[in-house]
Amino acid sequence: MDTAVANTVDYQSVVFPYRRSPDQDSATPVRHPVVVVGAGPVGLSLAIDLAQRGQRVVLLDNDDRLSTGSRAICFAKRTLEIFDRLGVGERMVGKGVSWNLGRVFFHDQQVYEFDLLPEHGHERPAFINLQQYYVEGYLAERAAQLPLIELRWKHKVMGVETHGEHARLSVETPDGSYSVDAQWLVACDGSRSSVRQLIGQESHGRTFKDRFLIADVRMAADFPAERWFWFDPPFHPGQSVLLHRQPDGVWRIDFQLGWDANPDEEKKPEHIIPRVKALLAASSNPALRDAEFTLEWASVYTFSCLRMDAFRHGRVLFAGDSAHGVSPFGARGANSGVQDAENLAWKLAAVLRGAAPDALLDSYAAEREYAADENILNSTRATDFITPKSEISRVFRDAVLQLSRQHGFARTLVNSGRLSVPATLRSSALNTPDRDAFAGRMVPGAPAVDAPLRSADGQPGWLLHLLGDGFTLLLGAGPEAARAADELRAAAAGLAPLTVLTLGAPGSGAAWIDADGCVAQRYDLQPGSAVLLRPDQHVCARWRRPDGDALRTALRHALALS
Amino acid sequence: MDAHDHLITAPHLDAPDDFYEALIEAHRGLDTAQSQALNARLVLLLANHIGSSAVLREALQAARDSA
Repeated sequence: MDTAVANTVDYQSVVFPYRRSPDQDSATPVRHPVVVVGAGPVGLSLAIDLAQRGQRVVLLDNDDRLSTGSRAICFAKRTLEIFDRLGVGERMVGKGVSWNLGRVFFHDQQVYEFDLLPEHGHERPAFINLQQYYVEGYLAERAAQLPLIELRWKHKVMGVETHGEHARLSVETPDGSYSVDAQWLVACDGSRSSVRQLIGQESHGRTFKDRFLIADVRMAADFPAERWFWFDPPFHPGQSVLLHRQPDGVWRIDFQLGWDANPDEEKKPEHIIPRVKALLAASSNPALRDAEFTLEWASVYTFSCLRMDAFRHGRVLFAGDSAHGVSPFGARGANSGVQDAENLAWKLAAVLRGAAPDALLDSYAAEREYAADENILNSTRATDFITPKSEISRVFRDAVLQLSRQHGFARTLVNSGRLSVPATLRSSALNTPDRDAFAGRMVPGAPAVDAPLRSADGQPGWLLHLLGDGFTLLLGAGPEAARAADELRAAAAGLAPLTVLTLGAPGSGAAWIDADGCVAQRYDLQPGSAVLLRPDQHVCARWRRPDGDALRTALRHALALS
Repeated sequence: MDAHDHLITAPHLDAPDDFYEALIEAHRGLDTAQSQALNARLVLLLANHIGSSAVLREALQAARDSA
């Protein structure tokens, strides 16, 4: 039990003050370079990233509070790495419950166990569980440290007019309406996005005919910090149950209810309590069978997988749930939204600085539409397995579960969720195709994988923390490395900010030592080789013997300059 | 002699999720009787591809045992 609970801010109760903006007293609409709508995890992450890149941001939220209820709780490794770059990673991981293992049960037996991070040499765990209100609270506190972010609470967007060079917003506040202009408008306003509706767009996809009760239950239980999923357990026959540990002694339990369930009835404590009691009573631990608990929050959901056809509409861009929605099995919602924000921030900053044409923003849409399709595919498959949509689908689902008790191949078919991993943007227009042979998964379009390093004077470090804010070139240390580094830095000058990070084995003269050989193994980085990373830590090019011209060409390509 | 004279039950599918989706999709629009018929044809097609009587006998037994 977290004994520091009494000292923790109750983020579900925080109210942010409304403040009148000077824009409201301006005779003509004030124009801002970027306006972001929606101060949830995605809007806040985007605003922080932009501000860290020196870009001023206005962030509007129609409310004055954070989320209530745990909502998006599973934050994936890639998201944690993004949070590290945004200056909140340590706080998130410190408070959150880290986990790597999952177990799948059928009836009363375990059929399958999986480890999402089976190898060593990564700073962050596969996942942390952390209530969405903590994530938003920590991001909001980080945003408050950045003077380039102007966060306006209770400024509600009521109208959007799009023009060639800007979007004009009509905004309503407690003391009147006003208009404001944005060169770029980013809608991070969630699944019921007003901005999306106001520009006459819709999301398309499918809704799953099922209902799920999602409950936060405070109890002193000692289930381990693992994701537990049951198919057809004795305590909830014919349906699925998902259990996650959260901070503060709160457990998240999802109960599948079926399409015919009555949401209003199911949300009532008198209907939830017996379900939780049944789960506890079935525990193999006698101490848990009569454990006391309190209900903190509950809601009944129906899930959909859908997306907008295009995430860019001229001056208006969409990120997070406003652009795409998924069912939660696999935790691909908030995680992909934060990854959208990371993809967009450096591009928007580059366009506004004049370092790239606004065609670079078309790559945001293309790359994140692709990622959304991957997330929708995986979430759909999991939901179809959990909620078979036809009799024959149920027959096969049950056959897989029956076979999975004894046969390894069937376990790979059991789908209680394909947990979120960041998409590899293989066909991105910003990539430079490989001309040299490289082994491993760090292909152009792949998000950079972490690795443990040691400085020349013995200090431990992590690769991802050493990457620059702009482009980074990982250079394999060797006899030519110092001369190559100078040539390559000079080649990038005037085109893009470039950090050159020389890495190599002990004794190679590298600034950072690949002590465990993880960089060599994961990147196939040999002496003299180079891997070029974008500001969002995705690989965009790599060479065995890089030269200035190749580097300039790759950078121009990554900035949509050619 | 067939190299695989035992039933493989360790993971061996190239793309498990892709296959599973295609399998369910193959039944789209079919009623129960039609689905049963399709499954029967599929079993026969795949059994012929496998060929080995020993492997097929093991598969039949494994399917019966997993109920």
